[in-house]
Amino acid sequence: MDLANFLIQLLNSVQYGLLLFMLAAGLTLIFGIMGVVNLAHGSFYMLGAYLAWSLSTYFGSLALAILAGAVLAILFGVALEWLLFRHFYKRDHLDQVLLTFGLIYIFEELRSILWGDDVHGVTIPDLLSASIPLTDNLAYPVYRLFMSAVCIALGLGLYWLISKTRLGMKIRAGAFNREMAESLGINIKLIHAVVFALGVGLAAVAGMIAAPVASVYPNMGSQVLIMCFVVVVIGGIGSVRGALIAALLVGLVDTFGKVLLPQVAGMLVYMLMAGVLLWKPEGLFKQ
Amino acid sequence: MSTAASNLEILPRGVQVTLALGLVALVAFPFVGTDFYTQMVTRMMIMAIFAMSLDLLQGVTGLVSLGHAAYFGLAGYVLAFLTPAGEPVSLWWTLPVAVLASGGAALLIGFFVVRTHGIYFIMVTMAFAQMVFYLFFDNKLLGGSDGIYVNFKPSASVFGWVPFDLDNKLTLYYITLGALLVVYAFLRRMLWSPFGRTLAGIRVNEHRMRAMGYGVFGYKLAAFTLAGSLAGLAGYLWGVQTGYVNPELMGFQMSAHAIMMVILGGMGNFAGAMVGAFAFDYLLHVFKDLPQFGSVNLGKHWQLWMGLFIVLVVVLAPRGLLGLAERFGKLSKKTGSTS
Repeated sequence: MDLANFLIQLLNSVQYGLLLFMLAAGLTLIFGIMGVVNLAHGSFYMLGAYLAWSLSTYFGSLALAILAGAVLAILFGVALEWLLFRHFYKRDHLDQVLLTFGLIYIFEELRSILWGDDVHGVTIPDLLSASIPLTDNLAYPVYRLFMSAVCIALGLGLYWLISKTRLGMKIRAGAFNREMAESLGINIKLIHAVVFALGVGLAAVAGMIAAPVASVYPNMGSQVLIMCFVVVVIGGIGSVRGALIAALLVGLVDTFGKVLLPQVAGMLVYMLMAGVLLWKPEGLFKQ
Repeated sequence: MSTAASNLEILPRGVQVTLALGLVALVAFPFVGTDFYTQMVTRMMIMAIFAMSLDLLQGVTGLVSLGHAAYFGLAGYVLAFLTPAGEPVSLWWTLPVAVLASGGAALLIGFFVVRTHGIYFIMVTMAFAQMVFYLFFDNKLLGGSDGIYVNFKPSASVFGWVPFDLDNKLTLYYITLGALLVVYAFLRRMLWSPFGRTLAGIRVNEHRMRAMGYGVFGYKLAAFTLAGSLAGLAGYLWGVQTGYVNPELMGFQMSAHAIMMVILGGMGNFAGAMVGAFAFDYLLHVFKDLPQFGSVNLGKHWQLWMGLFIVLVVVLAPRGLLGLAERFGKLSKKTGSTS
């Protein structure tokens, strides 16, 4: 593998890893703070992709579609939390698994009724459709760099929100000791709603910015969900930093595995997970 | 998670009578039902074996596996690989090999997963099952996404003597019924053995069991392996009945359906898992068979109805049908004693 090729694969793996991080961060926060295992998290990714497709054809602009879609997704998250998830925070994990599995079926079928079962493409905006030439015949698309930039910006924003703001302080307090936080006058229900909506929003935005590259198709949430599980298990449940490092690691292993060892590429990520489990059964950054 | 009483480990007389009546109904069914329904009930009994194997983990040991279908599908695949293109293969060695293969896979994967707890266990069992799924899904050599056919049903011949013929649908029905009874009797017996008591102890309080000197890791691994082997038995029978295996059998949906069956019936006593499997499979059939309503084909959207049903069950009857029956029983007793 020459340098240009290596660079392309490296950029690809970072981009994939950052995208996984957007999903896994929400998943790990929702678990770490509310104690809910959410199988339907992949559906939010799918929701985002379909929103990007339908809104960008409606508005004629991907940027507008992403903004409007993010607002819609967050509203959707708030409603869902209020209607269902709120009542499951203290229930058994088994009940949560079943509830969210049932939701996957419902979302998948509503998607089929609303948007049909066809595969759709989303066009890359003109501004970002160029490629940066690396050698005579190798180039790297600007849009992928844009994706990574969006993920990094949102990741930094998340870090700032959680560790620097008053709201973030309340979130951390709630995760650390729910009863204590409540007795200090923190509205924990509101905090939960915010965290849940934030998770849904991140997953949907990940789906929206991935839509032009990955295209939009039925069941697109389930494969990405499994990868997110692997990321969360490796990183340690509840740890956003762990999710970031694990996501980048999974991105590297998956991308370079496909190039260097195509026969076993599908298994490599799981072997990585098995290795981490042997070494640290509770993930790299257990909270 | 729950005490022995709430798990109905000792089945109330009413439930015992119902189960006995159910057995009579199953024995008599082929004489009344059409060919189509006989086959459907065969499939339900296979699913019941599968659900009971999961109940050993989920209800008895308290380990929620979201990847149990991997061991189910694996045994079906083993049968498909062992069956040559031109002739049937003997039941007597392929069945043990298939069950051992599933058990071996469960032992290997169990070695990694049983050291995790709670939510990790759920995620990790699911991830490993997906690994098996993609191994078969991505490899053309292993059948790929289309799956493979089991060209001939296994033959039961012993040195030229043929005790039964699995090609006969009625024979297969009664063989499956026999397997269901044997597995149920075995698991019920096991539930009250020292091994079963230890597993139940692990569910109720793992730390205390460890403090009392039990090798919890070994017990959990043994339960995981045994559950995987029994799932393999069900998967083998599935391969025999349908004559076709595909990666969907190992998929995430199949695993979740099994969890739903166990929950629906009420977990921890095997009878509930059995009842739940019959009920769930029947519902699946009903939802997929819904009629055309105006311009909308209701059956095409079966996932919507099933999803709504699952959500409703979790919200309204988290302890399953048997739990519901028990609750109503208690309620009527209470009102009876106060009046």
